Amino acid sequence: MPGRNKVTKKTLSAGQRRGPPLAWVGWSFLILLAVVTVLYVGLKAVANPILFLQNLLDGLKLGFVYALIALGYTMVYGIVKLINFAHGDVFMVGAFTSYYAVSRFNLHMWPAAAFPSISPNLAVVLGSLTVILLSMAVCVILAVTIERVAYKPLRDAPRIAALITAIGVSFFLEFFGALPFVFSARFIPYKAPFSTHAWYIKDGIHPIISGQASPDNTISFSNIFLIIAAASILVQVLLQYIVKRTKIGIAMRAASYDKPTARLMGINVDRVISFTFAIGAAFAGLGGVLYAIAYSSIYTQLGVLPGLKAFVAAVLGGIGSIPGAFVGALIMGQAEAMTMGYISTPMRDAVAFSILIIVLLVKPTGLFGEPAQEKA
Amino acid sequence: MKRVLTVALVLALSVGSAIAADLKIAVLAPLSGPVPSFGLSTKEGALLAIQEWNAKGGVLGRKIVPIVEDSQCTADPAVNAANKVINQDGVKFIIGEVCSGASIPVSEIANPAKVIEISPTSTNPNVTVDSKGNTKAYIFRACYIDPFQGGILAQFSAQRLKAKKAFIMYDQGNDYTVGLANAFEAQFKKLGGTIAGKETYTKTDTDFSAILSKIKDANPQVVLLPDYYNIVNLVTKQAKEKGINVPFVGGDGWDSSDLDLVSSAGCYYTNHYAPDDPRKEVQTFLKAYAAAYKDDSGKPKVPDALAVLAYDATNLLLQAIATAKTDDTTKVKTALEAIKFSAVSGLITFDKLHNPIKALTILSIKGGKVVFDSVVQP
Repeated sequence: MPGRNKVTKKTLSAGQRRGPPLAWVGWSFLILLAVVTVLYVGLKAVANPILFLQNLLDGLKLGFVYALIALGYTMVYGIVKLINFAHGDVFMVGAFTSYYAVSRFNLHMWPAAAFPSISPNLAVVLGSLTVILLSMAVCVILAVTIERVAYKPLRDAPRIAALITAIGVSFFLEFFGALPFVFSARFIPYKAPFSTHAWYIKDGIHPIISGQASPDNTISFSNIFLIIAAASILVQVLLQYIVKRTKIGIAMRAASYDKPTARLMGINVDRVISFTFAIGAAFAGLGGVLYAIAYSSIYTQLGVLPGLKAFVAAVLGGIGSIPGAFVGALIMGQAEAMTMGYISTPMRDAVAFSILIIVLLVKPTGLFGEPAQEKA
Repeated sequence: MKRVLTVALVLALSVGSAIAADLKIAVLAPLSGPVPSFGLSTKEGALLAIQEWNAKGGVLGRKIVPIVEDSQCTADPAVNAANKVINQDGVKFIIGEVCSGASIPVSEIANPAKVIEISPTSTNPNVTVDSKGNTKAYIFRACYIDPFQGGILAQFSAQRLKAKKAFIMYDQGNDYTVGLANAFEAQFKKLGGTIAGKETYTKTDTDFSAILSKIKDANPQVVLLPDYYNIVNLVTKQAKEKGINVPFVGGDGWDSSDLDLVSSAGCYYTNHYAPDDPRKEVQTFLKAYAAAYKDDSGKPKVPDALAVLAYDATNLLLQAIATAKTDDTTKVKTALEAIKFSAVSGLITFDKLHNPIKALTILSIKGGKVVFDSVVQP
């Protein structure tokens, strides 16, 4: 073992020595790309500022959803150095849980049924919150189970083994869910627990009445956008608080830095890891419900692409860094929205994954990531 | 004396039946396999048509005997069934198969054997046309091929919706949507309209905001969205949120009980028939079908498009035999090529490729329901 470490160190330092000239090429290419992109988008924005702002807003919506998923990736990676590819499928299970809660059991109607005198708006809010909390709880149970069954036995195995297991778990969830007696392989129309309202901006904010056209050259947004944005920002703040201020957060950071020493200091590392998976899954569940409400057609592979893009966002922000995941997700959202708006919709995935390649080539640690250190 | 008379009578009868033997028609339907509900509807539609003809005295004075075979929507069982009915039963007429993947191999057997095959529902162009582009002489179909819907939708948009400017969005990786989009564009331009924009997406996309923003900006009078209901649900919902109130039009891919009728209110799509179409052919057929078949709970059944097309295919064949006044398939084939038949799914004539030229039913979505809008004649 010590021999292998030495070899790694040698290769690393050799890479660093050879690094600068290569990095110089990479950086200038990246700067050129950035300048061209900014110029191109800028010109388009000046030509039609309303369309540009609309694209910006739509990109924010995507970005906030990716942020909710990316946090889970980055936290789990930060602690167990595992890219949890099943995370996107936990997100899918969140969407399906809320679908069954709403369409089959009418769970979102309980406040109105239990307290008929309650104001209808409050009833909708309470009902929707119940559905979201239930989905989050189901996701937490699922993720903790996955962690116990599939990842924990492999904690001391080579990292690649756990990674492959994660891919296996991901496929299992997708294709088990596609069985006719589970979720079925159909595209299922999703019924939201609350109705959608949209507004447009023109000399103030006016509601869009369903079935009526809004005036030309206006920017529109919906209550779903507001809820996604609020949830995403709230989660970000909450997570910062948990990680920086609470005991469990300190334990998480300690475990992330050095597990054996943390264990020696009396930290129950297994519990901390379970907790990390649980928080990540809760946010993925929340994201899943909001995503299903925003894009109301669900199927068992719905988590694959958002999951992969959130992963790219986490890498872009610097995997392991919580603010990095958030910023990375917002950048990803914008990159996609601008690609869709100014190049073409089918190009969006190509651009999203090009970002992954460029980041890995030019700055593998991402925007906020710390340079990789070899730990003892 | 009595016995002699009986013998004479039996003899006379057998001679008579030898002259006017029963006319056998094979029905190849996927009664098992991936789409058994398609098979059942097809069988019911075909048998109903045969019963009605028999009640009127058969065709050419001969009783029609159906031979139903389970072809499973799959090449091998379909080929076995076709070989069996042609070689053992001596059948010269086949109604079927439902799936293109089974109809094409069956046509490869039927055509050289000069057996007429009418597929009620296979939309693949290669069912009636061989790989060199020549029409298979004895093979026909009763349904339109996919791109045909695009042209009809263009005609509908230009004439009934009075649209001058259209926007097209389609899945670039799906032959069905590409075919419809291209046919729509060509026909719409021919009718004097302009295409304000053409955007593509992929089937895994869920966010159509950028395309919809472009639509909002381009301000068309109609948007073509020739995709399946799952994409339609996403697009129409997001369009409503963006304050877009332009009608979206699409093909039979929209036809599903899962279509979001709230978001797609005010939109139109094509289909083979509508139960609330007031035409006499439709209403008579509906009554006959309801009288003949009950569902599991004992209620009269409403026929689906497959039953309608199987019924039409069988009627087309029998009408052609009646017109040709013989069961010689070469003459029946010529009669079919010249036929002008008022079927449940519209007035049918055949083009050179043996695809039907017929009216399309346009359905509109109004007040949470799918209702008959109009019939468009090409």
